[in-house]
Amino acid sequence: MIPSPPLAFVPQLAMTEPARAALTSNLIVGALLVGLALAIRSIRKDDVWREAFQQVWARRKVPVVILGLYVFVALLDSVTWVGASGALEDQVAAHEARSVLDRMFTGTTEKSYSAPFATQEFYDASALRHPRRHPLGTNILGQDVLYMTLKGARVALLIGGLTSLIAIPLALFFGVSAGYFGRRIDDVVFFLMNTLASMPSILLLIALIMAMGRSTLSVCVALGVTSWVAFCRLSRGETMKLREMDYVHAARSLGVSNVRIVLRHIVPNLMHLVVITFVLMFSGLVLSEAVLSWLGIGVDGSWGQMIAQAKDELSREPAIWWNVTAAGVALFGLLLAVNLIGDALRDVLDPRTLRERG
Amino acid sequence: MSAVLEVKDLRTTFPLAGRRVPIVDGISFSVDAGQVLAIVGESGSGKSITALSVLRLVPKPGRIDGGRVLLDGKNLLEANIPAMRRVRGHDIAMIFQEPMTSLNPVVRVGAQVMEAVLLHERVSKAAARDRGLELFRRVGIPDPVARFDAYPHQLSGGLKQRVMIAMALVTRPRVLLADEPTTALDVTIQAQILELMRELQRDFRTAIVLITHDLGVVNELADEIAVMYAGRFVERGAREAVLSQPSHPYTQGLLASMPSRNEPGKPLYEIRGVVPGPDRWPPGCRFCDRCDEAIDVCRDTVPGPVQLEPGHVAWCHVVERARRGGAQ
Repeated sequence: MIPSPPLAFVPQLAMTEPARAALTSNLIVGALLVGLALAIRSIRKDDVWREAFQQVWARRKVPVVILGLYVFVALLDSVTWVGASGALEDQVAAHEARSVLDRMFTGTTEKSYSAPFATQEFYDASALRHPRRHPLGTNILGQDVLYMTLKGARVALLIGGLTSLIAIPLALFFGVSAGYFGRRIDDVVFFLMNTLASMPSILLLIALIMAMGRSTLSVCVALGVTSWVAFCRLSRGETMKLREMDYVHAARSLGVSNVRIVLRHIVPNLMHLVVITFVLMFSGLVLSEAVLSWLGIGVDGSWGQMIAQAKDELSREPAIWWNVTAAGVALFGLLLAVNLIGDALRDVLDPRTLRERG
Repeated sequence: MSAVLEVKDLRTTFPLAGRRVPIVDGISFSVDAGQVLAIVGESGSGKSITALSVLRLVPKPGRIDGGRVLLDGKNLLEANIPAMRRVRGHDIAMIFQEPMTSLNPVVRVGAQVMEAVLLHERVSKAAARDRGLELFRRVGIPDPVARFDAYPHQLSGGLKQRVMIAMALVTRPRVLLADEPTTALDVTIQAQILELMRELQRDFRTAIVLITHDLGVVNELADEIAVMYAGRFVERGAREAVLSQPSHPYTQGLLASMPSRNEPGKPLYEIRGVVPGPDRWPPGCRFCDRCDEAIDVCRDTVPGPVQLEPGHVAWCHVVERARRGGAQ
């Protein structure tokens, strides 16, 4: 028999599956909050960025607040722990990892469809367990639609954020090295980009997701791998422009090495593009996931999946409209807010407007 | 006193119409510590490429094809790349023409000044900051502590040029290549910057190679003048000698085309024609097509150096013939 490794070094191995899930989720939240705090701190220290974000706030108060609400809901759905919390129906799920949001909606499940604020079920007119408690109705399984919609916020932010975190560094790395070093590296990167761009992206997405298996991470990786080309082109072109700037020549005349020039003089000058791309890419990615859900390979619990599942219900008589409406409005609200913020950010950070100011 | 920087027969070529054209064609000069050599010439005469060749930063597809660049007797053209990087910014620094675009817009100016120190010397950040601040004070930046953490767009053109000078001088280089340091500035700021460079050159004993097309600047600053035309020197000598007794027809033309305070209203002299492109350089003296005194030999024979007095040399057949005639 193979001796088992000493558990003292890897305490999480001793944990139950739900506990580990809860720990992972909380660690991600913690990491995100720390990252956000660090980002805010460095923005506050830097006048240019501070001014930019102040201007965005001044122009787009409502979208920023709406985005903040989405983030807040996503956080509520991310802080997770195992254990019961009093209510009788809670005992059933006592051994599962559940978030704050899950706990708020525990025990609201009905048997089947219920219209918003209804007192009885939609089809068989039997009394509901929780009359007038479902502002957005329930779905076919009797789950509260408001709950499902709020849960979708975390999924949407995860898809947009994680995928951008995969795609943008990839694009930046390839684009900057191709643009700065040129020649061979440029040829290789261009070949890679053209190959990727010449494949129908939806087919490539399906193939990648099928190959990696369906999970949130694999959807994000697949979306990331197929969506970096545009920004790669942009950063390559911008790098080729920056490479010939006088301050790059000046840095070279001071004996600065190529790697340092790239890290210190080129990449920081691309940061405004990174921020703009991140925000504009975000909404496109969330939409792509909705398309994937329609094809049945999306992420579980996403708005896209809610819409895909609700499509048949619309053809019923009387139609069940609240599912698709809730998911659609939630998706629309997030995308509109993000796009408005992105638009304002572009106005503020675009080098042309910067030049006019300074 | 031995020369800090010595350039011998430097040849830098660029491909043009299928062959390599020498944009810098056999240039030789040397500078001593605390001395200012001005390289004067029109746009396109190869002045900037000469400076970039010294640092081996000629933009592609240009290439240094021959000659030697000796720093303290060591040939830089044979040094490897890491050694060359140690020379740049440490032994030889360069000031660029455009202060508006020569500073990175997203990095604080102080950090840019500190970069060279941190790169070339084993000093702490605090020490580098002190050095930078000291130099900010030295180059006359008012309120240096506040300006140290400013971004380039928050500074005026004159201040940016001062920052550029601070950046080049913070490591106390022995040679400073100044490529048109005052061209982009207005006249009052120009005067201040020139005054500053003179002071610094005196105090730090830096050897300066000043590249300019502005004879006023030359008169202010230079100890020695080299006049460059179409990739070659046409005359070289001490400032007084070249300015008061110009012997090459091109130098004479340049000086005659300067407005004079003594004779107001006098029409300015004009050198006829334009600088020929590198593909249309005549095989002999490159100035012969525009020269009023050109003789047959000018067209097909490259003129050799003619010593007029110690240190004053011209490359001209006419001068040579006149001197031989005078000697006979």
